[in-house]
Amino acid sequence: MASPITPAVAIPDNAQSSTKPTLLSIRNVAKAFGRNPVLRNVSLEIAEGEFLTILGESGSGKTTLLRIIAGFESASSGELWMGSERLDHQPPYRRRVNTVFQSYALFPHLTVEQNVGYGLRVAKRPAAEIAQRVAEALGKVKMTVHAKSKPSKISGGQQQRVALARALVNRPRLLLLDEPLSALDANLRRQMQVELKSLQREVGIAFVFVTHDQEEAMVMSDRIALLRSGELEQVATPREIYGRPATAYVASFIGHTNLLKGEVRGGVVQCGSLSWPASLPDGPALFSLRPEHVRLSGSGISGDAVVRVRGRVVHQAFHGATELIRVECAGGLVLVARTAAAAVVHNAVVPNEAELEFSSADAVLVRDSPERN
Amino acid sequence: MFSRAYKAVVTLPPLLWVTMFLLVPYLLMFCYSFWSVSPSQVIVHSWNLDNYKELFQKTVYWQTLLRSMWIAARVMWFSLLLGYPLAYFLSFYAGKRKDLLYQLVIIPLWVSYLVRAYAWKTILGSDGVLNTLLQYVHLTKHPLDFLLYSPFAVVLTLTHIYTPFTILPIYAALEHIPRNLVEASHDLGATPGQTFWKVIFPLSIPGVVAGATFAFVLSLGDFLAPLLLGGPSGIMISNIVVSLFGAAYNWPLGAAISLGMLVIVVSLLFVSERLEKKWSFS
Repeated sequence: MASPITPAVAIPDNAQSSTKPTLLSIRNVAKAFGRNPVLRNVSLEIAEGEFLTILGESGSGKTTLLRIIAGFESASSGELWMGSERLDHQPPYRRRVNTVFQSYALFPHLTVEQNVGYGLRVAKRPAAEIAQRVAEALGKVKMTVHAKSKPSKISGGQQQRVALARALVNRPRLLLLDEPLSALDANLRRQMQVELKSLQREVGIAFVFVTHDQEEAMVMSDRIALLRSGELEQVATPREIYGRPATAYVASFIGHTNLLKGEVRGGVVQCGSLSWPASLPDGPALFSLRPEHVRLSGSGISGDAVVRVRGRVVHQAFHGATELIRVECAGGLVLVARTAAAAVVHNAVVPNEAELEFSSADAVLVRDSPERN
Repeated sequence: MFSRAYKAVVTLPPLLWVTMFLLVPYLLMFCYSFWSVSPSQVIVHSWNLDNYKELFQKTVYWQTLLRSMWIAARVMWFSLLLGYPLAYFLSFYAGKRKDLLYQLVIIPLWVSYLVRAYAWKTILGSDGVLNTLLQYVHLTKHPLDFLLYSPFAVVLTLTHIYTPFTILPIYAALEHIPRNLVEASHDLGATPGQTFWKVIFPLSIPGVVAGATFAFVLSLGDFLAPLLLGGPSGIMISNIVVSLFGAAYNWPLGAAISLGMLVIVVSLLFVSERLEKKWSFS
């Protein structure tokens, strides 16, 4: 018998940002382009030294939010505060915020070295200091050998590092990164994720990282702010957002999930052919159940809270270490279970039939998130 | 890919055209510049360097050439001074009116050169619009006579005529600057002024060089503006060439001057192309 897969338990994260002082506070920011609202009432606190990811689909307003922080766009309403300083009235060149652009935006007429030194030169720092800090920054991103090259002569990944050095050399209080890894190929991307994260720890500057890639967000962030149609759905640590999604949208945007629509009556949840006790008020309820919490019967879940159901396997997808199986149960209910790849073969008595089980504690109550326009 | 016959059919007409209307005339001009005119006003096909000797010895040619270059330089300078801000505004700040303003820059190019030159004549003349106005408001008692028939009039007219030729390449160069570079500059702490001088202007240099070359080269070879508005003090080198090929009937000397001009212009174009390449990044 295959060993059960250890589920990613929702451990409350102790590395909470709330213990650190707030660096930037975004208060009720809204933005509309013409009649088209892009951001609605976004409030968010960014802590000193934190790695915060703004995650969202394209068109969710994540880049607009970043551009408002940088000062390239002005909010239609709302305020930005950095300490006791009102940020949104300041032009971008007065904000101690630097940006790594999606396409890097390196100056083509300047060498790598001159690009990195640009911010210090316009700030009229002494030449010796500029030279020393530029050399240091180039060393940090391993670009010293390319110091005299023009940006067009180096690769995308190298341009990326130069853009990073150009921003960090100014010692900003906050670094904004607009999908900086999206132009890189998968391997380089994973490598840069690790490098970026360790660089952030090393310099201790708060990063606000914009991406549409939920995996990237999970790997790198201290906290994730999930944006949907211009509104924040949830702001939480990766573990929290995965384990305790607040809404159905969050649950299905981050990882796979089973969304179970049920009805609570007299302390019992009725969900198609499934039912389990729950101390919830009567009425409709929506639950998110991660596939890895759904197991084939006999995999060792015990206790009163176990829910069992039989069904027909309609689809199997091999994912390497694990396998996703889709099971259609009585009443049209479809459950997806993630099992160890070998488990399916061993457990299926009848090739098409399976009995599934899950602990009702793993069915997380989520708010419904209706479509917005 | 294509048959030999097809290639021949396609290349022959332009080849013939270039030979007939460019190579042959240049060759003729080259030959003429080494011939001479007999006292009885006949062109003698005897090869000599007399025309070139005369060019270098007689100061009138030198002075006129220098004056022409000086006029062309001023036209170039004023065209850039007028054209750059307009192109900059057009590219960065015109917003929805961009297309309309662009058309307004182009339209004067459709108006005949002569009409525009004559317009300046009526404005600048001693009974012209400007002098009448100045006297009417009692700023002057007598007509200002330096306005017309002077190098000033030539520079003014040529600047008016050739400014669109500087605006267009500068505008094209500015349009090619990715706007996120401007944002990056502001992001790194550069004020709008610093951003202009450190990012926008350097990246627009190919357009500036192209525009400057247009204004200078076209002005240098101009003969209508000096003819109509230049007076004796505003004569340019092309006027001398025109008269040598006309009334003075000294085609060989005219050809020699033309060839000299050609050498100057071609070297200028060469330098300008090198400069443009040096400042292009893509």
